[in-house]
Amino acid sequence: MTAVTTTTGRDAVHASRPVLPGAVNALGTVPFFAYTAVFLVLPTVLVVVGAFQARNGAFTLNGISQLLSPRTVDIFTTSLWISALTGLVGTVAGGVIAYALSLSPEGSLGRRVMVALMSVTAQFGGVMLSFAFIATIGINGLVTRLLAPFPALTPDPGFLSSLSGVALVYCYFQIPLMVIVFLPAVEGLRPQWREATENLGGTSWTYWTRVAGPILLPSLLGSFLLLFANAFSAFATAAALISQQSVLVPLEIESALRNENDLGMDAYAQALALGMILVVAIVMALYAALMKRAARWAA
Amino acid sequence: MGRVRSRGTWFRRIVLSLAVVYFLVPLVSLADFSVRFPLTGKVDGAAWVALFGGGQNDKLNLLTEGLGNSLVMAAMAVVISLGLLLPTMVLVRLRLPRLSKVVEFVCLLPLTIPAVVLVVGLAPVYLVISTKVLDSNTIWLAFAYVILCLPYVYRALDSGLRAIDLRTLSETARSFGASWPTVLFRVLVPNLRSALVSSVFMTLAVVLGEFTFARMLARTNLQTALFEINLSDGQIAAAVSLVVLGGTIVLLVTLDLVVALRERRVHSRAGIA
Repeated sequence: MTAVTTTTGRDAVHASRPVLPGAVNALGTVPFFAYTAVFLVLPTVLVVVGAFQARNGAFTLNGISQLLSPRTVDIFTTSLWISALTGLVGTVAGGVIAYALSLSPEGSLGRRVMVALMSVTAQFGGVMLSFAFIATIGINGLVTRLLAPFPALTPDPGFLSSLSGVALVYCYFQIPLMVIVFLPAVEGLRPQWREATENLGGTSWTYWTRVAGPILLPSLLGSFLLLFANAFSAFATAAALISQQSVLVPLEIESALRNENDLGMDAYAQALALGMILVVAIVMALYAALMKRAARWAA
Repeated sequence: MGRVRSRGTWFRRIVLSLAVVYFLVPLVSLADFSVRFPLTGKVDGAAWVALFGGGQNDKLNLLTEGLGNSLVMAAMAVVISLGLLLPTMVLVRLRLPRLSKVVEFVCLLPLTIPAVVLVVGLAPVYLVISTKVLDSNTIWLAFAYVILCLPYVYRALDSGLRAIDLRTLSETARSFGASWPTVLFRVLVPNLRSALVSSVFMTLAVVLGEFTFARMLARTNLQTALFEINLSDGQIAAAVSLVVLGGTIVLLVTLDLVVALRERRVHSRAGIA
């Protein structure tokens, strides 16, 4: 309705030209919305509905009851724990790197290359990243061989397919992601704030605990949540490292999807996916609330 | 003040050097791994010869198939995502500003829905596609890849459209009698060149790195082929990973520098005027 009035209002300016009426304008967005409906909204709806639906279409709570079984709860706990841990490591290390990067001259070549390098490692690792780590600290890895003379330091051959190994590889993409999402926040710290602190007799410690810290805190927590959701959703890296059992939710979804035709697996994959949606939705809601707070200092 | 600054410089240098080392070690290891025979530790270029020497074997056939599929899908995803998003975003900005929040929300939604979740819902959709609409060819996965690229393409186009005066450009062209396709292709596209280039590169990087959908829906793309090959020949898998990762890094760094140079040129020109 409003679209129609705005269009006619605008058209008064150059009335000589026959212009598309509002309804036709709205029709122009149909391809976009139809496409995203089929490939984005429909799959999401199918997950939510499918979590309560048996193969014959009847209502079932089988998936949900399996989701709440001790084994699945364990898997969720492991996933949540590893996401929190790698999120924390990523937040701290990435935060320090982001701050260091913000000190380097803006627009310099080194800084640009560094940011580009970070965005590649943050987003496009997956399977190849796992190979890189196998080549580094796997049985025949470069670092493993270099450390061979010092048995105490040599990584255990099974380390990479253990949870701690997976956590280490996750950090490799968590840290650069942190740098990318946190860089704008540290760039927003104005040198005047530091100077004002110093003029008023404050030390570095005062500056960080009383000025910069409180300003950065919402973005810091928000970035942690993004990292958390990122690790929680990661699949390729874990799949390439862990081949034996499903210790993380995405791996369990894979095996559930694969064994979908087994009796008793009705709606399980969908229920697991629904569980993930709920976790990510909570994380994202917190994130949105924090970003609202962080925006106060952005202006 | 001087003392603070030099301390800051040292802090910056040490942290950034450590970061560079940390991020380069796995890549260097990948290179080392690709030329070292696992049991004896002997250096040999067999993997690279196998890759680029023009020979034939089953592993390479799988790899060629996966790479071929991924490249075709990347091209399809580029065409579909731009063809879908560019006209919609232009239309929404010019005529339906109320919808802009909705379009933004839909485009950024894939960032919050994990791919492993989406694929559970895509499985029945693709069952219908492969049995009733098209066939089970891998390349139709490109339709789903468009969704994964949506946030990146949206952001690139959004910043591109912000930087130009869309309304004036299109109204001027229209009042000179240009049709809408002419406005789109001959006026807007040239002005959005760097936004388009960056969305193409991002799409390329996303599609070439995609594993989850292909793995779960049992299709063959570059990453699933690599995954399979690694089980039998780690050296070839390492060599290909190095080429793809290195290629992506070089691609994105170059893109960033090109954009930076153009910005600088535009700024200096504006400064003279």
